[in-house]
Amino acid sequence: MKLKNKDLLGLENLDKKEVQLILDTAGPFKDLFTRSIKKVPALRGRTVVLLFYEPSTRTKNSFELAAKRLSADTLNVSVSTSSVVKGESLIDTVKTIEAMKADFVIIRHGMAGAAEIVSREIKSSVINAGDGAHEHPTQGLLDLFTIREKKGKIKGLKVTIIGDVLHSRVARSNIWGLKKMGAEVRVCAPATLIPKEIESMGVEVFYDLNKSLKDVDVIYTLRIQLERQKGQLLSSLREYTEFYGITKERLKYAKEDCLVMHPGPMNRGVEISGEVADGNRSVILEQVTNGIAIRMAVLYLLAGNK
Amino acid sequence: MKKILIKNGRVIDPANKTDELLDILIEGNKISSFKKSLPFTAEKVIDAQGKIVVPGLIDMHVHLREPGREDEETIASGTKAALMGGITSVCCMANTNPCIDNVSGVKFILLKAKNEGLVNVFPIGSVTKELLGRELSPMGEMSKAGIVAVSDDGSSIMNAKIMRRALEYAKTFSLPVIIHSEDLNLSQGGVMNEGKVSTVLGLIGIPREAENIMVARDIALAELTGAKIHIAHVSTKESVGLVKEAKKKGIKVTCETCPHYFTLTEKSVGKYNTNMKMKPPLRTQNDIKAIREGLADGTIDCIVSDHAPHLDIEKDTEFNLAAFGVVGLETLLPLIMVELVEKKVLSLSEAIKKVTLNPATILKLKKGRIKVGECADLTIIDSQKELRIDAGFFHSKCKNSPFIGRKLKGFAVTTIVKGRIAMENRTFVSN
Ligand SMILES: [Zn+2]
Ligand SMILES: [Zn+2]
Repeated sequence: MKLKNKDLLGLENLDKKEVQLILDTAGPFKDLFTRSIKKVPALRGRTVVLLFYEPSTRTKNSFELAAKRLSADTLNVSVSTSSVVKGESLIDTVKTIEAMKADFVIIRHGMAGAAEIVSREIKSSVINAGDGAHEHPTQGLLDLFTIREKKGKIKGLKVTIIGDVLHSRVARSNIWGLKKMGAEVRVCAPATLIPKEIESMGVEVFYDLNKSLKDVDVIYTLRIQLERQKGQLLSSLREYTEFYGITKERLKYAKEDCLVMHPGPMNRGVEISGEVADGNRSVILEQVTNGIAIRMAVLYLLAGNK
Repeated sequence: MKKILIKNGRVIDPANKTDELLDILIEGNKISSFKKSLPFTAEKVIDAQGKIVVPGLIDMHVHLREPGREDEETIASGTKAALMGGITSVCCMANTNPCIDNVSGVKFILLKAKNEGLVNVFPIGSVTKELLGRELSPMGEMSKAGIVAVSDDGSSIMNAKIMRRALEYAKTFSLPVIIHSEDLNLSQGGVMNEGKVSTVLGLIGIPREAENIMVARDIALAELTGAKIHIAHVSTKESVGLVKEAKKKGIKVTCETCPHYFTLTEKSVGKYNTNMKMKPPLRTQNDIKAIREGLADGTIDCIVSDHAPHLDIEKDTEFNLAAFGVVGLETLLPLIMVELVEKKVLSLSEAIKKVTLNPATILKLKKGRIKVGECADLTIIDSQKELRIDAGFFHSKCKNSPFIGRKLKGFAVTTIVKGRIAMENRTFVSN
């Protein structure tokens, strides 16, 4: 089996079988990490360009390591967001990159739809590493992988996503992925951070954290941008933490064996307490490891499509 | 004097409720008679058998971009596009650069239109200086110079007190105030309709209430002041309802909509298609239904293009950065034919009325009807003419149309402006 498209732009348009294929492919790559030589020659001679319009060391490192473990050559192109409006257009930039004969373009951009535009313009495989509040598909996939690994399944699980859903591409990719795999998804945040008609994506909306955690198998906490209170979306971070912060006491409301996840980087003591982040329910570091395996799987499968 | 005879056309003139096979004789720039079987006495005879002959269409909401953005459109190129669309009169909005907020601006437009314009151009002056919503523009002087209405279209007057004064001032000079209804605080940062699609795409939404609140406010202010207001580009069900109620109460309010608001929904944004980005944004199927009902019951008086040309580089970009607005002069008529007449939302005569008599009445133009002794502006329509809308279709300098890829039916084939055949068989006729 193969992936249908040359690109991975989001989980919305991936079908269940494709998601399963990626998760299944990531397994053996993860096993590789326990060996002393973690590298395979699958992508030898191929060029992977990391085009990052937003500073994101974590995601970039993860993709870069994934590409290197597949023996690909990598090139980092960082563009500051401030130069976007004045400088070279996105389309011109990616056409230049294509002219360098890149096989893959991994793009992180602050605006929704950026990866879509790039994929229309060039023949290289495009992987969306996060576009505005739209999608972050490899994050969604690594989260699915982590849940499946820990719980043995995804179907029928109850998952609550807590926090700034309005601005979160991670939330959207997770909602698509989890719903596709048969999970029940809830979102919980103050109403200012819940986008309109999110119910149409098949989720249930909660404003009360305790109620939202009832019987859940997975607590997924989103990073809260510290400047949200300036945008009149929150009154104070203190109040946010009081009502939506995940603490040890809050865990009582969820299932006893529930997982606690976070896409990172965390604001300890704001959306999640240090105690929970480091506690035995937390799989946050596991997510980081799995991220590399998932990104290897995606690169490997897309390379097979050419 | 040169004579033109239009033979055997189905003449539709909503002003006299005419709908029959008639001949029209044009002498010089005027209509000299129209009746059955006129003798062949003209130098030029147009065989209009099987075609529809209507008063020249009026598009009362157009952005011609001159002065300031001649790269996007000029009075010459915009009026050429109008001509090809069967439109013989356009009203151009004041949000040029510099904007039309004084007499010299108005005179510039009129002079340019006289020298280079291919159809009649009626300028609209701004309501406030520099469209800033702060100080009133010289409406009286501009009215004397030739404006037909005032509007801060492209922006919105957020201060209700200034709007109140503007309405009173415009009333003094018998000028209708055309209102772009948008609460700029509510719409701030938004790039499409707020709802299901914006949520999935991760784009910032513009709630429908940004329009509804301002329509409600300005209807209240029209009642307070007794001024005449005209709500531009109605896009929501609620706006239609508000205007309908206001009309019942006798408040002097009229309104318009555009083809994209009775044809397309937010779903058309699809995968970030920037040709679907305009203000107000495309709404939902429910709104389309209400707008069609509003057109049918007379709540919506006019259909306009809100022609807003933008260059490829302003549209081939991230959705957030893309310019708002779409071209429309050349697709106005075929969309009315396909979406309203063919689908029986409006009779042909009712539909034509919304692009002839109604705008003429609102703006007090001596246009929009077929009358002996009046200026001969006429449009001949071939209801069977089919064309595919692609980049090569347009005569405007820009092709940012949301209808690219569609095949439409019912185009103007001949356009007569002030007694001159300016477009014939879809070919431009030079002077
Ligand atoms: Zn407007
Ligand atoms: Zn406009």
